[in-house]
Amino acid sequence: MAIELKMPALSPTMEEGTLAKWLVKEGDTVKSGDILAEIETDKATMEFEAVDEGTIAKILVAEGTDNVKVGTVIATIAGEGEDASAAPAPAAAPAPTPAPAAAEPAAGEDGGPKKADSGTKQLASEKAATVQDPAIPEGTEMVKVTVREALRDAMAEEMRKDPRVFVMGEEVAEYQGAYKVTQGLLEEFGPKRVIDTPITEYGFAGLGAGAAMGGLKPVIEFMTFNFAMQAIDHIVNSAAKTNYMSGGQMRCPIVFRGPNGAASRVGAQHSQNYGPWYASVPGLIVIAPYDAQDAKGLLKAAIRSEDPVVFLENELMYGRHFEIPQLDDYVLPIGKARIVRSGKDVTIVSYSIGVGVALEAAETLAGEGIDAEVVDLRTLRPLDTATVLESLKKTNRLVVVEEGWPVCSIASEIAAVVMEQGFDDLDAPVLRVTNEDVPLPYAANLEKLALITADKVVAAVKKVTYRG
Amino acid sequence: MAKAPARKTTEPAKTNRERPEEPKRFEASKEQLLEFYKQMLLIRRFEEKAGQLYGLGFIGGFCHLYIGQEAVAVGLQSALDGEKDSVITGYRDHGHMLAYGIDPKVIMAELTGRAAGISRGKGGSMHMFSTEKKFYGGHGIVGAQVALGTGLAFAHKYNEDGGVAMAYFGDGASNQGQVYESFNMAELWKLPIIYVIENNQYAMGTSVNRSSSEDQLYRRGESFRIPGIQVDGMDVLACRGAAEEALAWVRAGKGPIILEMKTYRYRGHSMSDPAKYRSREEVQSVRDKSDPIEQVKRELEDMKVTEAELKAIEAEIRKVVNESADFAEQTPEPDASELYTDVLVESY
Repeated sequence: MAIELKMPALSPTMEEGTLAKWLVKEGDTVKSGDILAEIETDKATMEFEAVDEGTIAKILVAEGTDNVKVGTVIATIAGEGEDASAAPAPAAAPAPTPAPAAAEPAAGEDGGPKKADSGTKQLASEKAATVQDPAIPEGTEMVKVTVREALRDAMAEEMRKDPRVFVMGEEVAEYQGAYKVTQGLLEEFGPKRVIDTPITEYGFAGLGAGAAMGGLKPVIEFMTFNFAMQAIDHIVNSAAKTNYMSGGQMRCPIVFRGPNGAASRVGAQHSQNYGPWYASVPGLIVIAPYDAQDAKGLLKAAIRSEDPVVFLENELMYGRHFEIPQLDDYVLPIGKARIVRSGKDVTIVSYSIGVGVALEAAETLAGEGIDAEVVDLRTLRPLDTATVLESLKKTNRLVVVEEGWPVCSIASEIAAVVMEQGFDDLDAPVLRVTNEDVPLPYAANLEKLALITADKVVAAVKKVTYRG
Repeated sequence: MAKAPARKTTEPAKTNRERPEEPKRFEASKEQLLEFYKQMLLIRRFEEKAGQLYGLGFIGGFCHLYIGQEAVAVGLQSALDGEKDSVITGYRDHGHMLAYGIDPKVIMAELTGRAAGISRGKGGSMHMFSTEKKFYGGHGIVGAQVALGTGLAFAHKYNEDGGVAMAYFGDGASNQGQVYESFNMAELWKLPIIYVIENNQYAMGTSVNRSSSEDQLYRRGESFRIPGIQVDGMDVLACRGAAEEALAWVRAGKGPIILEMKTYRYRGHSMSDPAKYRSREEVQSVRDKSDPIEQVKRELEDMKVTEAELKAIEAEIRKVVNESADFAEQTPEPDASELYTDVLVESY
């Protein structure tokens, strides 16, 4: 029986890739460990190794094919004694159909083995804002880029402009970034300004803060913000408080950036949203963009700021495509929320990856006759409460969506602000849609249960609009 | 085939790495020695006055006095180039600021929490800065200044300004993990920094021997290939001599160096420390035998400086310190509106 070789998933979030090159041809004998092919994702080129022994019977996907979905049969191997030439092509070589993102892989139901799945599939979205940012001039050409590219372009543009800006972190230079956000920077700016550090978060966060005090403008990348907990003393005690403690004499213009929030199936220690933590600290600016345009415009603003900035990205969003304005110098204001969808029946407030979930829920709600307005906070500190209250005035109902824990969250803060300053505008209590109040579990089914979904948002909106 | 026997790893490492020269005691002229004497005496009298004001309730919170350690800051900083070199230290920072020539009035006014204080009253004893003098604080978290100072050194190298960073920390901080994270990067990137361990023997109430598996702290950089020198921190000329050797090493691009200054604080860790962990006799014996100021005084007398001259210096310093105290007591507190200023640099 021929063995099917399937397009492998090379990272937890990979859904498709390019079959860049075959290193074997039909008729070749292979054994385990032989490299069969090179596969490219948006992050990297990886080698695909043989596990089984036999003869390559049939190559089903030619090299150079783009967008090959994970799980597609790309070749078959005939085992020992089998006639390779006679090996039949698999009956139904699955055409590159969309990944079964929505389809629930019910274990056992169809008798098939349960595949690795993730609750984060319900999070990552490419739902674009339906309201154009008024900051973009009419008639500006729009181009499609990933969030990853937008972030890199923001850094590159600011580095070209200001020689004091440098990038430092683990694997940012020669490896091109653990998540490939800094791809190409070493080549353009050299090792003086794109610096690989040892694994030493506390050390390089402190070194960065000191360099900022000494007049430079560091961009410090944390491989993920989970590791920044080792460095949080320098973010809070050294960077945030220095300007105040020195009576305005000593500044610390630094950007701490990296992925934040739940990633896919990485378990509790690698899945946490630190937005509320940093947003509670006076002296810090905290930014958490959703789409590529905000990622670029706000990262540029963050690098230019004279204040310390915590810039929270999201790994699940890095590979997502969005339109962004083709402008020479696209900088957005810090501290301004953005209405990404306008509506009149309810206000859904969110930030970062939660915005996509909110937009998805808004679409569903529109089908049911509920017109939701979605507000993307974009900056968590200082919080643009005016935009939230203004929207509430119009809709009189508010739901906050947050990919993070409920207790002492941004959602709690919004609820408090609305109570204090918008009470008379409320026709229903503010509801919070957040992750469950547990460390993030590994098991796919539990992970799904723990995270926010558009359905949960829809249910909350129905509650506050008394439609459920 | 027989394998080659594993190398015996318990053998002490033999290195032929370059090491700095043994520092020579600085040969000061009479004028230079007089200057050192004045600076050390200023620190001593200033700190005594600060202790007194604390007792009277003018100074609040934590107040860590530098009495006994004066030779370290004065000796080391006298060797720096004030135009380009930078200094950073922990919370026991009054002495370093005075040694840098910062006006005692604005320091004392910061201690009393007044608007005229160097941090406009918002920093206090542990959080004082003078970017103008390249003094970067004044940091309250034990060991933080080591990583921050390494960042200052990084900036010197990045800007190619020829400056050297001097980061002071205590024997207590030398057991913090970030110190070694910093050592690693500093040597890896050959950063221009002098790490100064002010070993005053006690990390608050815990002696070096009770807290440090390697109590010869100048060796703490060995596994990072950072050379260390142990220095008599009660002798201002030894301190100055060591600084010159260290600066020569760092300015030659050889990377970081560690100076362990063996010193002693006469007072408690802070004003609220009754210092029960050591005997009165121990403190008295250091004061009698190796007081840094008395030592210089004797050398000045050998250089034929008269008692009258020394008395005049003493009187002048008391006057400066008393004026700073009067100023600090009388100058107003910050305006209430200052509560909300300086949180951020920009408006958003």
